[in-house]
Amino acid sequence: MQNNNTQPVMKRKHIMKRLLSYIVGRHKALFAVVLVCIFISSCAVVLSSLFLETLIDDYITPFLTESAPNFDGLFSLILRMAVIYAFGTICSFLYNRLMIRISQGTLKEIRDDMFRHMQQLPISYFDTHTHGDIMSHYTNDTDTLRQFISQALPQLISSVISVVVILVAMFANSVPLTLVVLVFAIIMVCTSRKVGGQSAHYFIRQQQSLADVTGFAEETLNGQKVIKVFCHEEQVKARFMKKNDGLYEDAVRANIYGNILMPLMMQIGNLQYVLLALVGGLLALNQIGSVTVGMIIAFLNLSKALCMPISQISQQISLIAMALAGAGRIFMLLDEKVEEDHGTVTLVRAADVEQDTAEKTEKGWFWRCPAEDGTVSYVPLKGDIRFHDVDFGYTAQKTILHKINLFAKPGQKIAFVGATGAGKTTITNLVNRFYDINSGEILYDGIEITKIKKPDLRRSLGVVLQDVHLFTGTIMENIRYGRLDATDEECIAAAMLTNAHDFISRLPDGYQTMLTQDGALLSQGQRQLLSIARAAVADPPVLVLDEATSSIDTRTEALVQSGMDRLMEGRTIFVIAHRLSTVQNSDAIMVLDQGNIIERGDHDALVAQKGVYYRLYTGDFELE
Amino acid sequence: MLLQFAKSIRQYKRDTILTPIFVLLEVFIEITIPLCMAEVIDRGIDGKDQSFLISFGSFLLVLVLLGLVAGLLSGFFCARASAGFSRNLRKDMYDRIQEFSFDNIDKFSASSLVTRLTTDVTNVQMAFMMLIRVAIRAPFMLIFSLLAAFSVNADLSMMFLVAIPVLGIGLLAIIHFSYPYFTKVFHIYDELNGVVQENVIGMRVVKSFVREDFEEEKFGKVSGQIYNVFSKAERIVALNMPLMQFVVYACMLLLSWFGAKAIVLSGGTDMTTGDLTSMISYAMSILSCLMMLSMVMVILNIANASAKRISEVLQEKSTLQNKKHPIRKMEDSEIVFEHVGFGYGADTESKCLKDISLRIPAGSTLGIVGGTGSGKSSLVQLIPRLYDVTEGRVTIGGVDVKDYDLYTLRNEVAMVLQKNELFSGTIKENLRWGDSTASDEEVVQACKLAQADSFISTFPDGYDTYIEQGGTNVSGGQKQRLCIARALLKKPKILILDDSTSAVDTKTDALIRKAFLEEIPDSTKIIIAQRISSVEDADQILVLEGGRISALGTHEQLIKENKIYREMYLTQMKGGEEDAKQ
Repeated sequence: MQNNNTQPVMKRKHIMKRLLSYIVGRHKALFAVVLVCIFISSCAVVLSSLFLETLIDDYITPFLTESAPNFDGLFSLILRMAVIYAFGTICSFLYNRLMIRISQGTLKEIRDDMFRHMQQLPISYFDTHTHGDIMSHYTNDTDTLRQFISQALPQLISSVISVVVILVAMFANSVPLTLVVLVFAIIMVCTSRKVGGQSAHYFIRQQQSLADVTGFAEETLNGQKVIKVFCHEEQVKARFMKKNDGLYEDAVRANIYGNILMPLMMQIGNLQYVLLALVGGLLALNQIGSVTVGMIIAFLNLSKALCMPISQISQQISLIAMALAGAGRIFMLLDEKVEEDHGTVTLVRAADVEQDTAEKTEKGWFWRCPAEDGTVSYVPLKGDIRFHDVDFGYTAQKTILHKINLFAKPGQKIAFVGATGAGKTTITNLVNRFYDINSGEILYDGIEITKIKKPDLRRSLGVVLQDVHLFTGTIMENIRYGRLDATDEECIAAAMLTNAHDFISRLPDGYQTMLTQDGALLSQGQRQLLSIARAAVADPPVLVLDEATSSIDTRTEALVQSGMDRLMEGRTIFVIAHRLSTVQNSDAIMVLDQGNIIERGDHDALVAQKGVYYRLYTGDFELE
Repeated sequence: MLLQFAKSIRQYKRDTILTPIFVLLEVFIEITIPLCMAEVIDRGIDGKDQSFLISFGSFLLVLVLLGLVAGLLSGFFCARASAGFSRNLRKDMYDRIQEFSFDNIDKFSASSLVTRLTTDVTNVQMAFMMLIRVAIRAPFMLIFSLLAAFSVNADLSMMFLVAIPVLGIGLLAIIHFSYPYFTKVFHIYDELNGVVQENVIGMRVVKSFVREDFEEEKFGKVSGQIYNVFSKAERIVALNMPLMQFVVYACMLLLSWFGAKAIVLSGGTDMTTGDLTSMISYAMSILSCLMMLSMVMVILNIANASAKRISEVLQEKSTLQNKKHPIRKMEDSEIVFEHVGFGYGADTESKCLKDISLRIPAGSTLGIVGGTGSGKSSLVQLIPRLYDVTEGRVTIGGVDVKDYDLYTLRNEVAMVLQKNELFSGTIKENLRWGDSTASDEEVVQACKLAQADSFISTFPDGYDTYIEQGGTNVSGGQKQRLCIARALLKKPKILILDDSTSAVDTKTDALIRKAFLEEIPDSTKIIIAQRISSVEDADQILVLEGGRISALGTHEQLIKENKIYREMYLTQMKGGEEDAKQ
């Protein structure tokens, strides 16, 4: 920590500021009350040390010389203290309670902000970050924040306030004794910075080596059966041990520094305690600086009270460092650029069309296109897609698709064929603007897609992906994901249309069957049928179908195929084919190779051409 | 369970024992200091004895330094002991998992094993640290302080007999009432993680259906639940500090009032000002010890659940054991199934294989086809003893597979699983899993057989291309061929492919099978496939249906005689499957 000097420190300051703006900025009034309460409660602690001085110097010592001491004064002193203590206790109760609202509220806000922000991020973000990394923002990083806000922060505030109040009280009592205490306080602060910094450094390293062990365990345990088949147990054991040893080394260092901090602080405190008694005693005996016994005792207590907050802060150093690291990662997510959407064209129902157009009587949807002069025109939604000279690359350096030209008239079926990496999936990702093209243009019903509002654009496009993803919930809810206002009947009708109804009704709970873990209890083919039904409910004019590659048995495959066929009727279809058997009836087949359309035409034309398609068709090439 | 965990201490026994010893020394010194302090104040300062003040004061300084050394050493040994203990624990678990049979593996999911290896071990390590340090420190400190307090003034100390139960019961009540909320919170945490994970994995679905708002709402509900339950739990825990303060302050006031009276009334003989200050510091340490103990309880409570989960792994006995005198040499590769029955797990009722009898001559090729759940994979997994038969027996070269040494058996039987796994590392490293001593030429040779050499050589880094975790940077067909090459490197007597060429085009598939015939003619080959074309030239084809043999014969025989086989063949032909044109 100490040696990675100035630059990260600046950054840490920035993170701290931003974190505080979350914690304090959004709960100003509450936080002010908390501060007052912490102040009062810290004062009560300090006053209790001073109280002993009064007790001894003003009451016990003079009483010893009196023959008939009057305890009334003492009683009222005790009563006064009782009131102060009561206030202190009530205040510490209050700030602990209020702090919960601040800490839990802040955590909820951070979580919600993160999730909301994440929804707006472009697909490329999810391509470049592993699921594990994204997940850890919600688990590990938020967890370190929780400990920081609910534990370290109030501790820090109360410690600082206590230290200040105690120092003031000390200076008011005796300057020479205060100087002794100050020297030790500085030693303690320096030690805790040094040792605490080391421990924080190793705790963060321990976290990393733990992640390393986790990653290795995850990979090997997932492939455990392969390990068994190859009798590779000894090798993975040895590799695990190596990573495990790394973790051990860091854990030992982190814990040594963490463990010695407390005894170190305590004994420095004791050292000061004894030295104070010695110095104070000598001063008192030699009558220097009007030091009294009560004053010494009060000082002893004050110095103890001073050590407490300092060593408490020292215990929090690792926590603070880890929280800052976590907060840094969270802010990085929150600073990720969101998807841009400058579209103005929206999708409206025919009934909402304000103007009298010729097509007004038609059922269905319209594109509402506001022009710059304020006039609005309406274009009926048909599903006509055209690419003009489209270039695209995931990074600026490398173009993946070159000068793609194609058109799909409403109701046509366009198939993409080609080897892995040829750019089939990429093309379809451009239509729904998962990625934006570098040059050229894509038109939807004659409107440039960048002018269409993204949500409306995507609503007009259905997608069935090659990897099916289902959500936790009932089968009915999963189908309804396609259109949230669909009735049960509409969902069931969609399932019937797409051949999913049969297997669903054979399940004991039918449409109410709960799916968990991405629909783990269903077979691959069944999950595929559900995802097709989901797209059917959405009922979009344009559909993108990415065929499944995983092997499902012949019978289910036939079901899936006929489900897809029925879904395709009357729509514009883009199909990414992994099996040639499904593309033969397409209006046009595009053969892609390294981002170029090298052949195009219908099945018969391409076979007659005896080119790449023909060789794929005869099994000379593999598709995947 | 405790004994079992104690076994994992091993080479850290010394550190584990030294820690509490130094802790005790530290505690002893800490108790002595206020006692001596009282002397310093009474005799040195109040009694105005300067030489006593100096000599006794210096003695105290030495004592403090000793305490420092003890504290540092206990911290040092504790760190080594606890980190070492958890290191051994992780090793023991991982080693045990490596001994697991497939049966055992199926019982635990991979992700649950990972949690047990990491989070659970961390929890137990924390508890171990608490046990050898704080759990020693706190009670001894408590008892010593109490004894010291009684020796200073027994009457005044009586109040501790009230204060301790009040605080103790209060703290216990806080734990008791907040614990259920905390367990609930952890469940909701799982739910939250579930929502996020699903959302991240299915992001393309979310975006295509424009369901961002819907997802936010779903997430907001769960995060709101966490807010509510966590707040409830923390509201109870927030009572901790005021409760502690209340008891401490009450003790202070009572001590001051009665202490002052006792001093004054006895004229400073029975009790002194020094005694009063020591009493107050004892009160503080007694009460803070209680606080520490309650913390230990909470951590032990959390660790208890983790310890149980770890112990489940450590106690899991592998269901596969080597015979006492196993056979270490496989002479012949003829495989015979004799009335084999098999079911997964303890549930012997629902069998997935029933009365299978079959002979596969050495060097021949057997093709297996059948629908999902017909038992194809189960059947072949019995050969390398991934699972054991529940009825009948499987023999290789006339010897029951259970009589072979497990290592020998699996070395001679190469199996390419349906769920192919490559590991992060270079292609070469992955292939050498088959034979760690294989030369580069042998590796290339195996890849040529598996028709993998052609695409590997198009990679810029060739055989040194790095495979990402899960093999995400090679295509499905490429992955399958790499897995076949890896199996071939074992030069096995028996080669089993469990639907391992599904993503490979038919032509390459045919080339691979041709290579098998020409290059490893003596190995017995078993091929499971969905595509008829992958098995039609096999010596025998087995059709499975519902765990039973439906038919066994050559392609020509089955087309004529078996309805299932004929149906499969016809549907695949109708689809215009590529092989029709070959």
